[in-house]
Amino acid sequence: MLAPVAWSFYASFTNAALSGKAALNPQWVGLDNYARMLTDSVFPLSAWLTVVFVAVSAILGQNALGLVIALLMTRSGGATASLVGTVVVASWILPEIVAAFAAYAYFSQDGTLNQLLGMFGVQGTNWLYAFPMAAIILANVWRGTAFSMLVYRAALSQVPRDVSEAALMDGARGWQRLAFITLPIIRGSIATNLMLITLQTLAVFTLIWVMTAGGPSNASTTLPVLAYQEAFKLGDIGYGTAIASVLILIGVVFGAVYVRLIRGAKP
Amino acid sequence: MRRPVRIGAALLGVVGLLASAACSAQPQAVSKQTIKIVYQKTDSFTALDKVFQDAKQEFEAANAGVTVDLEPIQANDDDYGTKLALAQRSPDTAPDVFYEDTFKVRSDVDAGYLLKLDSQLASWDEWSKFNEGAKAAGRGDDGSIYAVPLGTDTRAIWYNKTVLQKAGIPLPWQPKTWDDILAAARKMKAADPSVIPFSMYAGKGTGEGTVMQSFYELLYGTGSSLYSESDKKWVVGSKGFTDSLQFLKTLYDEKLSVTPADALDSNVWKKVFGQWLPQGKMGATVEGSYAPSFWQKGGSYEWAGYAQDMGVAKFPTQFGQDPGGVSMSGGWTLAVGAKTKSADLAFKFLTTAVNKKNALAFDVNNSQIAVRTDVASDPGYQAANPFVKDVSNLVGVTHYRPATADYPKISLAVQQATEAVIAGKQSPAEAAAEYDASVKKLVGDTKVMQK
Repeated sequence: MLAPVAWSFYASFTNAALSGKAALNPQWVGLDNYARMLTDSVFPLSAWLTVVFVAVSAILGQNALGLVIALLMTRSGGATASLVGTVVVASWILPEIVAAFAAYAYFSQDGTLNQLLGMFGVQGTNWLYAFPMAAIILANVWRGTAFSMLVYRAALSQVPRDVSEAALMDGARGWQRLAFITLPIIRGSIATNLMLITLQTLAVFTLIWVMTAGGPSNASTTLPVLAYQEAFKLGDIGYGTAIASVLILIGVVFGAVYVRLIRGAKP
Repeated sequence: MRRPVRIGAALLGVVGLLASAACSAQPQAVSKQTIKIVYQKTDSFTALDKVFQDAKQEFEAANAGVTVDLEPIQANDDDYGTKLALAQRSPDTAPDVFYEDTFKVRSDVDAGYLLKLDSQLASWDEWSKFNEGAKAAGRGDDGSIYAVPLGTDTRAIWYNKTVLQKAGIPLPWQPKTWDDILAAARKMKAADPSVIPFSMYAGKGTGEGTVMQSFYELLYGTGSSLYSESDKKWVVGSKGFTDSLQFLKTLYDEKLSVTPADALDSNVWKKVFGQWLPQGKMGATVEGSYAPSFWQKGGSYEWAGYAQDMGVAKFPTQFGQDPGGVSMSGGWTLAVGAKTKSADLAFKFLTTAVNKKNALAFDVNNSQIAVRTDVASDPGYQAANPFVKDVSNLVGVTHYRPATADYPKISLAVQQATEAVIAGKQSPAEAAAEYDASVKKLVGDTKVMQK
């Protein structure tokens, strides 16, 4: 498991390439690849887009929506719950490439969304061109919410009934019970869920590649897309792996924050 | 942490595995010989597959005990190049004979992927039948030949006669300057606002198509160039570069071309060939000499009327200055892998694949410009489609890309400049300045010159 990562890390200090002289004899270039990021016009944008993508689509979108759906399902129960569950999970079990093409078909110029809007007499725009990040974020929320929902369904079923009933007797309102009883109890699950979906979202590639290929004008180029472009489209393996290393680092930072959260949950 | 680790793993796992594989020498079975052929095949590009199927039969019949193992890669040009480069890194996956883009020859020679063919070519009697200019396509920086050309191409303006007639433009149409193009496009727009008058690719979506079938026709028509072969330096700060971007901006701003959103869609060329031109919704576009291969019988977008409805014109220089026109050429070659264990057999197979019969079939089915003189003079070739003569004549005003190892990155920087301009993100001057800065960063200040 560690060997390929070590290789990747090592290569990020060389000028390894797919073609040209550097393909024959890669040279050690020290921190050159990392220094290049500082002057690269795309890298800072790309790092920012990656953080936005994770924050909005995973931490806010998938996580919050998953929790809301799970809470509603717990309350409604029975047939409604299983119907909603099935619909949400359906998008999750699709292979990523299929989900990506479905999202493309939905948001593209002649796509489902614009046809639906057309039925109401609204002229849609080319979403993937005008709002690429928004489209990708929505697609990732659509695809990933099921996972959070399943985690929270399991967590909520562990919340002892007598505690919330006692609170109810004490006159606590719905939102008070949620904020002061349910959420603190499932805090560990929240942190675990955040950790998993953050790391998964950091690595999303196919969805973005199929929907926008990182465009227009790099407006949706996240770090995995940039790493792929540099390493394989431009053949610059050294720089591509350096970008991948930064991506790993971002994952480590997020991970460390969540680990603290989990520890805090279990005193 | 597993997910991000996986990306790193995926990226360098590939390299790691290939590198370790490169160290393990495999003993070669001698009794039965196999040569492996790697080439590109897509739904719309099967002409080469046909050539290799035929060559395999011919070759196996003539060389008992040898098996030809055909391994087509299903991918577009970009991905084919990447997959081929990855396969080259290990003797287990490296091909004996492969299909190679002319502009990658020099950098792949540097990478040690191609076998030097000088001695084999010296004793091959058909080599003299190859056009001298075309032979240069397979030449490395050291002057030796590493690849044999299959065919070449040129770029021209392809126009729909009915759309031009409707706008009152006399036929045959031959614009003399850039302004002639704009004037004609405005007329078409006025006559029918629903048509796309003059399409030129831009942005990263169409990749190399953006530079080969659009930007370079403009740039080389200003007298400027991308690279100075004599100084071995990249050219920055030229007025021609900004003027070329300005021309694209005018086309897109006045809505004489496709919408920016369409331009950035990597599949836009399918609409150009498959819908807009055949349905009379597009006046003209700049495309390769291979255009008829899409429309002729068996092509991806069969269109019986193309021979009557379409016309071809030379892309003009900026102000009509000499030589009066511009074209770009590329094309593909066959090469022998440097890691091959049966170099002689591999070369022999290569010569079978490019013999007169197979080269003729390929040039006709793929609308290629012949590089063998005996094919060029063959009546079958000349009758392949009504445009063969026109597009072949453009070889006289054509340019080739600077095939250095830096080239792919420079090309991307150019594509980026066009994208920023047509999307309205930067003015031509700003985009040109950013291009200059990128080039300096990519190749270093010493390999750049102001012109």
